[in-house]
Parts: sequence; C-alpha cells; structure tokens
Amino acid sequence: MTRYRVFACIALVVGFLLTYFVWSTEANPFGAYRFRLGLDLAGGTELVYKADMSQTASGERADALAALQGVVERRVNLFGVAEPLVQTEQASALSGTTEDRLIVDLPGVTDIKAAVAALGQTPTLEFRLATSTKVGTSTEIAFLPTGLTGRYLSSAALGFGSGATAGLSAPQVILNFNSDGAKLFEKITSENVGQVLAIFLDGQPISTPVIQEAIPGGQATISGKFTATQARDLVRNLNFGALPVPITLENSSAVGPTLGAAAISAGVVAGVIGFIIVALFMILWYRLPGVIATLALAEYIAFMLAVIKIIPVTLTASGIAGLIISVGMAVDANVLIFERSKEELREGKSPREAVHIGFSRAWPAIRDGHLTMIISGVILFWLGTSIVQGFALVFVLGVLASFISAVSLSRVFLLAIVPDLEPEQEGRGWKFLLSSGFRNK
Amino acid sequence: MFVITHRRFFFWFTGLLLAAALGAILAFGLPLGIDFTGGSLTQISYQDTRPAVADLQTAAAKANVGAVSVRAVGDKEISVRTRSLTPAEHDTLLASLSSTASTTELAYTSVGPALGSQFASKALWAIAAVMLVIVLYIAFAFRKVSRPVPSLGYGIIVIAMLAIDIIVPTGFYAAYAHYTGAEVDSLFVVALLALLGYCVNDVIVIFDRIREHLARNEKLGAHEPFEETIGKSINETLTRSINTALTVALALIALIYFGAAATRNFALVMLVGVVAGTFSSICRSAPLLIPISSWFKK
Repeated sequence: MTRYRVFACIALVVGFLLTYFVWSTEANPFGAYRFRLGLDLAGGTELVYKADMSQTASGERADALAALQGVVERRVNLFGVAEPLVQTEQASALSGTTEDRLIVDLPGVTDIKAAVAALGQTPTLEFRLATSTKVGTSTEIAFLPTGLTGRYLSSAALGFGSGATAGLSAPQVILNFNSDGAKLFEKITSENVGQVLAIFLDGQPISTPVIQEAIPGGQATISGKFTATQARDLVRNLNFGALPVPITLENSSAVGPTLGAAAISAGVVAGVIGFIIVALFMILWYRLPGVIATLALAEYIAFMLAVIKIIPVTLTASGIAGLIISVGMAVDANVLIFERSKEELREGKSPREAVHIGFSRAWPAIRDGHLTMIISGVILFWLGTSIVQGFALVFVLGVLASFISAVSLSRVFLLAIVPDLEPEQEGRGWKFLLSSGFRNK
Repeated sequence: MFVITHRRFFFWFTGLLLAAALGAILAFGLPLGIDFTGGSLTQISYQDTRPAVADLQTAAAKANVGAVSVRAVGDKEISVRTRSLTPAEHDTLLASLSSTASTTELAYTSVGPALGSQFASKALWAIAAVMLVIVLYIAFAFRKVSRPVPSLGYGIIVIAMLAIDIIVPTGFYAAYAHYTGAEVDSLFVVALLALLGYCVNDVIVIFDRIREHLARNEKLGAHEPFEETIGKSINETLTRSINTALTVALALIALIYFGAAATRNFALVMLVGVVAGTFSSICRSAPLLIPISSWFKK
C-alpha cells in the first residue's frame, strides 16, 4: 500500500512536470520544443521532384541522389525559408520500378511558381563523349555519359579568353573539379584523345570541344557562345551547385496559412471537447476508477505530446488521426480492466483483491490487442507513403505509450487508494465506488 | 446467449449489410481523388459573395487547361479539379477565376499520374500485409487452444471480419460521396487503416475471453457445449465492447462537429466503421466460430 502510494505520488509529479513542459514550451514562441507542424497544418509548399537516373549507373544512384539532395538544400537555403526540409525517397521494391524522388518542403511559402522558379535555376551539368556510328549511309552521333557530372564540381569562375571570331576576348566559364572529379576528368581525357567531349547544360550540348591531350589539374573551360551576362549568371548558378542528374517536377502542393490555422484551432477545440465528453462518460459510468482513468488519460496525453515534441514528430492531419485512435485504445485498456475488476467484485472478492485480479485477467487481451496494433503500425510505416507514415508513426508511439500507461498508471493509482479490507469488514462504500452503471449489483 | 440463439438472423443481417455495401460501391462507384488518379486541386475562397458555380465553370474553361470541374464548398469557397498543371497554367487558372471577384487561394495540390497510381498500389499492399501478419499473430497467440477450432481458424475469422469491416464503411462512403461530391483521398485510406487496428483489438478481446474459458474448462475437465462458452464470453465482454465503442464514437462525433473540414470525412468514415465493427465483433466474429467448429469436426 505505502509502496503504491509512493509510486502514485511520483507518477503525479511526473505527470505535472510533463504537462508543465508541454505548456511552457508552447507558450514560448521561440522555444526549441514547439510542435513541429506539417505543411497541411502550418501552411507552406511541398514540391516532389523525380530524378531522372536513366543515364546513371545503378551502383551510383544512391551517391547521385545524395549529391542531388545537397545541391537542392543549398539552393533552398538561398531562397530564404525558415526550416526548409529536403528529403530523398527511393521507391520500394514493391512497386516494381525503382524511382528516385526528391521532396522539398518549404514552410510558409505559398507561391509555388516562385519556389519552382528558384529551384529551377539550378543547372544540370554533364560531360558526355561523342561517338559516331554509321547507320546506312548517314553517320549518327550519340553522346554517351561519362559519369562526370555536376556533383564533382567544386567551383566555377568567369574568365575571358581570346575569341576566334569576335576578335575581342570572349567570356568563358572555368570549371574547377574536386579531387575525385579531377582524377575522373584526367582519366577520360587521356583515354579519349581526339574525340569530342561535349559539355551538356540542362540537357543541351553547349560546348563540344575536341580533346587535344590529357588534362590534369581538374580544370575545364566552357567557351560557348556566351554573352558576358549569360556567363556571369551561369557561374553564379553553378557555384550554388550543379545537379548531377536532371529532375522534373512531379507533384506540388501549397496550403495557405488561413486554412492551416483554421485546421489547428478546430482540431484543438475538437480534441478538448472530445476529451471532456469521454472523461464525463468515464466518471459517470465507472465512478472512482473513471476518475482515475481520466487522470491516467490526461497524463497519457501529456506524455504523448511531450514525446511528439522531443523526438520531434512532425504533426500532420493524419498524425492527429493516429493520436485520436491511440487515445481510444488507451481508454479501451482501462475499460477492460475496470469491467474485469467489477466481475471479481461481484463474485465476492474484497475490493483490493478485485482490482489486483482484474488487472491480471485483463492483461492477455490488452497484450494481444496492443501487439497486433503495434505490428500493423510498423508494417504501415514500412510500406506506406508519407501520409500513411505520418499516421503510423504517431499510432505506434501512442499504442506503445498506452501499453505502458494503462497497466502501470491506472493500476498504481487504484491500488494506492483502495484499502485492504478484511472480508468481514463492510466495504459497501468502496463497492459502490468501484461498481459501475445504474445498478449496484 | 441472445446473440448465439439468434445467430442465423445476424448472419443474414450481415449478408444484407454486405450486399448493400457492395451494391453501393458498384452502383455509385468510388470517386477517386487526385491522390490516386493524378491531377490538381485548387481551393479558393471568395472575399465577399461567391459567383454562381456555372459562371465560374465557364470562366475556368477560358484558362484552357483541359477539363475543369468546379465544386462549391461551404459558403464562400470552391474547389477546382483539373489535370496536373504547370505553375504557369495554375496562375492562368487562378487569374480567370478571380476576374470578377477578389479571392484568396487556400490550398493547391498537384499530383503527377505516376505517383498517384503508386499510392493506390502501396496502400493496397500495406492493407494486405497487415492482414496477413494479423492472421499469423492470432494463430500464434491462440496456439494453446486447438479444440474445437484450431488456432488458425481464429485468425481466418478475424480476416473475414476485417474484410467486412472495411467493405461496409467503404460502401457507406460510396453512397455518401455520390450525394455530397466527396472523393476518396489518402485520408480515407488512413481511416480504413485505423479501423483495421480498432476492429482487430475489438475481436481479440472477445476471443481472449473464449480462450480463457476453454482453458479453464480443460483444467477442470468440464464438458461445456461450445455454443455456451461462446455465448458466455460474448455476454461477459458486452459492456466493455459497447462502452469502448461509445467513448471512441463520442470522440469522433466531437471531431465531426468541431473539427477541421479536412478531417470531417475521415471522422465520419471512422464513426461508421466503429459502429459497424463493434456490431461485427459482437454479433458475427464469435458466433462464426460455431459453424467453423462443426466444419472442423468433419
């Protein structure tokens, strides 16, 4: 008894601290632990790009995707968005074809056109070798990828060389490769002397120089037909990073700030009202255990919100749905236990004994129910798309927390209160408090 | 025992419900949203009064972005569905819709067709995988009860139940969508997934009680007819089944009335599913064990 009272006090203090943590971190508008809201709630733009990997060797796809992510991240930071998020996604084996995607989240940005335009300025840079094949009488020239792409670029600079036609110095773009790129460039040039090494920018050959000799040192010059302005813009864009593979916009979505804000306030109102109704029902029907379940439930919700803040989990509409269902499961675990205790009470057990047995009898059902839900949630997270994953993550966390809280919190609270009566003692008051419904049978 | 004595009635009722749901799905069809088919959806709010939908439809057609469908939402809002648009086309569409009145764009979504079909196949795979794992887990959890129904039988019944529990709200949604213009979106799939979790838990509670009684009877050497064990188990768990469904339903009703418009359809599907699922676990899942047990006796 004393042991349970100590535990109950600790649980109450922890619950109070959790509530204070959730409340105080939310009250401070610049705090580190504020809720991270998804774009559907906070407003913002999400762009999904498909990476064209058809020219990339299968072993290098992951590297190319990582390089792509880095470049786009730099570009997005340039756009001046608070907390942008650039993720990559490789379509799972289930869908047959492998597709590589780049997901760009821009919170607070609602102008899709501006966002797409800003990202679209990122050039795709590739070096390709020209090979001519004879087809019948005509000669077809094909450009084969060399593997040397924008991801090996370390910097670009503007230069002026002696132009053959203009007489004046013509603007040139000087590319500096990183050490890997320099090695690759030297290898390609030494093996293909006399051939054309075309420089492709955004899928178009902009310069087709013939390799005169092996070029060590990792520097290449593009001397296309640039105007000074074009060359300057290209240098600037290349310096913010060149894409290793071309990307195309596949999905885009924007949620305005009004819709998101309305969704949040409506969600909070619905949550609070829902909790009050459920609490009223539990207290009126289950009396003392109902009060305790409400307390345990409040602590459970505070715990969940704290976990969501600390991990942090990005809250979306589907995540909130997961939270509601897991709260339902937490209520269910309590209902199971109380119904079971009541049965034991009817069979003439003393109140405290009834609570003890009720918990142990309800355990297998709670265990199997929760475990199947956790397993389902894990599978959904593993197979699902991002919307389903948002649901599954909160759902699994919630069911795990319910697993722990239902059997520990409610149990500790109840056992801390219900006294240990001898069978001959009249425990009618306790029996009333532990019974439920309209009748006192 | 009521449920057991009248189980034939409940089986017939289930059959009718299932037929109605399947009929609704076949008759009305499921209007797939852009999450599945690809395309774009623009939500616009008008500052003062909303022009007539027919006028807006004509205005939108002038943007020249293929087939356009304009639908009124609430008092001042519309949602416009088209094929997936480039940012420039999207601007043209917005301009033509706000030529007569000032507007605010609430939300815009554009889904490429490839991603749309992928979402559908992924969702189906996920649902199938979850169901398979549930059968295996239940077969494992009930491995110690093999008479009169082998543990795999419990798993198979749960799957049959879950299939019905998903078909019924889907049928409801097909009819609901037919009359309100709602669409099957990704949140609908999330609702079905959440229902799977809820209904499994609901059935397991009843099966757990049957498992407990069977184990006790075996220990005591008591010969109780299987019908009686099942009837007793249903009666003992009845209050819990109804109370849990009631609390979840109350929370969902709060979500329908006070929650955001975006989650309203979700909560409605969940509500129908929870009511149908609770009915299903009380009146069908456990009673179904009886015909299965006689089938296994043969």
